[in-house]
Amino acid sequence: MAQTSMNSGLRRQVLTLQVLTPAVVVILWELIARSGILYEGVVPTILEVASAFWNELSSPELYHHFGVTLMELFGGFTIATLVGVVTGIALGSRPFVSSVADPFLSSLATTPKIIFLPVVMLIFGIGPESKVALGALGGFFPIALSTMSGTLNVRPVLVNVGKALNLTRWQMLIKIYLPSLVGPIIRGMRLGLGVTIIAILLGEIKLSNAGLGFLAIEYYNTFHIASMYSILIIIFLTALSINAVMSYISQRFDRA
Amino acid sequence: MCMTHAEPHQKQRLAFALWGPRTASLLVLLFLGLILEVLVASGIADPSIVAAPSEMLMSLERLFTKDNLGAAFLITLAQALSATFLAMLIGLPLGWTLFRYEVLGRAYRGWLAAMFAAPLVLLYPLFLVIIGRNYGTTITMGVITGSIPVALYTCEALHKVSPTLLKVGAAFNLTARQTFTLIQVPAAVPDAFTGIRLGLIYSLVNIIGIEFLIDFGGLGRVVSTMFFRYDIPGMYAAIFFIILISLLFLTVLKKVERWLRPV
Repeated sequence: MAQTSMNSGLRRQVLTLQVLTPAVVVILWELIARSGILYEGVVPTILEVASAFWNELSSPELYHHFGVTLMELFGGFTIATLVGVVTGIALGSRPFVSSVADPFLSSLATTPKIIFLPVVMLIFGIGPESKVALGALGGFFPIALSTMSGTLNVRPVLVNVGKALNLTRWQMLIKIYLPSLVGPIIRGMRLGLGVTIIAILLGEIKLSNAGLGFLAIEYYNTFHIASMYSILIIIFLTALSINAVMSYISQRFDRA
Repeated sequence: MCMTHAEPHQKQRLAFALWGPRTASLLVLLFLGLILEVLVASGIADPSIVAAPSEMLMSLERLFTKDNLGAAFLITLAQALSATFLAMLIGLPLGWTLFRYEVLGRAYRGWLAAMFAAPLVLLYPLFLVIIGRNYGTTITMGVITGSIPVALYTCEALHKVSPTLLKVGAAFNLTARQTFTLIQVPAAVPDAFTGIRLGLIYSLVNIIGIEFLIDFGGLGRVVSTMFFRYDIPGMYAAIFFIILISLLFLTVLKKVERWLRPV
């Protein structure tokens, strides 16, 4: 009983903190905006940001840019997943090959993907194709590394059973490897999705003619700061929603 | 007799297990380089898009002598180390606070984890507006992205301290401060270092990325400059150098982590 009341007390305190914190942030923001500490317009008031946010939501232009970014994300992530899973399984099914490939994959995985933008632009131009390619490159490494590690850790007894039953390579893949790889692939996809989103948006910011990243930097260049903040809010809400969906899928299917 | 035969054989196998993949990796790299060289030389690969590896290596020398690649590396390194140091100053006490005060831990750990997964680097236009196009922005972005893993892993590391060790401390009648300094901190070091390693890598990656985007600072700026100068071999050389730096960082940090985690 005492335990329950302590738990509910703690829960109430946690909830209070979680409600109060954004309120404190908003008040601090408003105070800074009105204080004149920073140059005028650099930190707009909450009302100005809210108004810009509403204007953006009612503008058809936003949905065009939103659609471009979503299309690039879908293309980049699909390619990253397909190529990453195939590469991960191919490398992971031979331990020696995986140890040879590991230095390349690990060092490229920790390299900032945005520096490859010039390369993909030389190949695909400044249109959405180069952002799709950059997103695919970004998402590929976490997915390939996670799948490779998962393949290396498939229980040997399952592989031996498959061999004892004279399964073909295709049957081994479908019946033995893929069912064991659901968890690692989903974990890799979750990490890869985050990197793909970042790579695509940064690519749009650097050199592009459409997309949410392009819109944000366009507002920055023309000093429409409240609109820039509203686009950043839209970007973060989108990224968090996609991440929440991926977390749900991960919890639903990854039983590790 | 059998032992004398087995021992060299075992040593050979160990040496192969250790050096075999590394030698093979190097050979694969050389082979890929050779193929690329042939493709560019034969005109199959367009030299205005892909640089021949030989040209790229020669440009690397030029980047050091004429375009101050060494200085650019030091600028990026200094920013990444400053950002990581500041991230540790923020992240370590924050991680301890989240561990020490349960209510704070329960309220904010989930938020920090969500921020860790969020594309925080996209906030850089906000800091460009507030701080300006200078090292303040790049270092601030490094601090923000670096301090979150430091805080999360510190908190996690303190939670993971073995209850047996704490019981031993209690049996020796240690005070709370002694328990913290003599048991909790040493036991948490290996896991907390994982957070510092991630913090450093995140800071480095984000700083190079932002340098490239705003055409300012060290290594990222060099890639951007080469691209806008349409110096294709120079651009590939700068990208290759950044990959080498990433590999070096990763290797050194992993060795330190292994040294801190001997068992």
